[in-house]
Amino acid sequence: MAVMENSEPILEMRGLTKRFGGLVAVDGVDLSLSRALITAIIGPNGAGKTTIFNMLSGVLRPTAGTIHFRGRRIEGAPPYAIAALGIARTFQNVQLFEGMSVLETVMIGRHTRTRSGLLGAALGLPGSAREERAGRAICIEALEFVGLATRAEDEATSLPFGQQRLVELARATVAQPQVLLLDEPAAGLNTRERTELARLIAGLPQRGITPLLVDHDMDLVMDISNRVSVLNHGRKIAEGPPRQVQSDPGVIEAYLGEEAAAC
Amino acid sequence: MRRLRTRIALIAFGVVLLAAPLLVRQPYHQSILVFIGINALAATGLNLLMGYAGQVSLGHAAFLGIGGYASAVLTVNHGANPWLAMIAGIALTCLVAWIIGIPTLRLHGHYLAIATLGFGMIVYVVFVEWRGLTGGQSGIPGVPELSIAGVSLDTHVRFYYLVWACVYLATIASANIASSRPGRALRAISSSELAAQTAGINTARYKLQVFVLSAGLASLAGSMFVHYINFANPEPFNFSYSIELVVMAVLGGLGNIWGPAVGAGVITTLGQVLQPMGKLLGDLLGRTVSDLDVPAFGLILVLILIFLPRGVTTSLSALAQRRRRPSEAA
Repeated sequence: MAVMENSEPILEMRGLTKRFGGLVAVDGVDLSLSRALITAIIGPNGAGKTTIFNMLSGVLRPTAGTIHFRGRRIEGAPPYAIAALGIARTFQNVQLFEGMSVLETVMIGRHTRTRSGLLGAALGLPGSAREERAGRAICIEALEFVGLATRAEDEATSLPFGQQRLVELARATVAQPQVLLLDEPAAGLNTRERTELARLIAGLPQRGITPLLVDHDMDLVMDISNRVSVLNHGRKIAEGPPRQVQSDPGVIEAYLGEEAAAC
Repeated sequence: MRRLRTRIALIAFGVVLLAAPLLVRQPYHQSILVFIGINALAATGLNLLMGYAGQVSLGHAAFLGIGGYASAVLTVNHGANPWLAMIAGIALTCLVAWIIGIPTLRLHGHYLAIATLGFGMIVYVVFVEWRGLTGGQSGIPGVPELSIAGVSLDTHVRFYYLVWACVYLATIASANIASSRPGRALRAISSSELAAQTAGINTARYKLQVFVLSAGLASLAGSMFVHYINFANPEPFNFSYSIELVVMAVLGGLGNIWGPAVGAGVITTLGQVLQPMGKLLGDLLGRTVSDLDVPAFGLILVLILIFLPRGVTTSLSALAQRRRRPSEAA
């Protein structure tokens, strides 16, 4: 599929707000994603990035504001329904399942694209078996995409951290989501793993997946993103192409301010 | 590879089940095999709930009781066909589990355990107090024998084959579920509900489904039980039986398809051994010592959780694999 600019946003947040008691974690954020472009949200710790992800994926209900996904309002819908509509996510602290092999973990990602139920599976109906075989093939292909096909039968939680992230990425891609939320995908990775990850993320739009990533890692974000939004204290303070954002005085102040405070 | 091994093991299991009555000739021992089968059937359902989905039930005896009483009341008081009564019992039990499950499965961990425990106790009280229907403590005698195509299952061996055929089918169903979309969804739920939800799994629906399925299996076991002993009374369906089922599931190995049969085998046999020992101890001390099995099972549960948290079956097969590996490498 060719990378095309589409003026119609695939995902659009308007006035998105989340309050926890007296704390305003996200404060009236407007943000939209264009299909097949890589968008990133950056900002210092506590800027509200993960809170936005939690609202987009249905883990948290927004206090105010709307989220439109392909023209449909989804704010406040349960996570499984949002996933079924076509928004997948990964977690900052990788969420794999105990006791499952790498392949089984990735096959969880096929859940929303398959139908077989408890009784059908228990009785071993042929439809169930067929679906299982087809899903397996797709998941092995996804493991080849992230370079882990040889580890398919290993227990997922036994892999090194960097590879666990790739398992999570494979799990998210086999769901064939329209939008993929990547929460600090580079955290805890070494330089080589980071380069590999950047290559994989850059390849997502060709698979019909529009990534939205959140990260501290400015290098990764600047390299692969088409658009960057900067958050600070829950507010969007800048937006635009990476280079333009990088030289924005407000952004520099937000980041330097944090570093100065950290010293 | 893993599937092939499971298939071979299932065939071997079937052969052993077919042959067992030829080797076990004493009626008393044969009856123990029947009770093991009934317990294994209930424990298989509990294993789906606890082992796969990670949800605890401390009230499973109630589901056996509802199935058992449905069979007894419908056949004895209303002259219903035993098989139809059994199916009606399963339907009723599933309905009750569904109604109970909607609010309780929102709870997690200890809260779910306490809620199911409370449910089990309430149902037990209903069995005791609703005398008009259940006959209270004196129960319902004269529950008829089951029969298949005119052949009455009035011997231990005949009943054995019926019960273990059910266990066998339930084991195959468990194995099928384990390596399927819903099986993975259940295991994902037991590991992290949040991650399961964001992967698109409707956790509430799956938990409810597996709860109802496991209650249905328990109900089947309960109906078999009352037909086997030709009697329904509250005592077998009390709280301590719920705990026994949990001990069987945990001892056998949660999430292991062989766990329920192994756990039921060990605990049922142990219960039979401990009963006369309790009487003997009582005679020695000059007073009644009842239920030596209850503290023993409690102790077993604690020891298993400390030393073999994955259960006997899983730990043994892990040990066997560790032994095999070096030889494979050589």
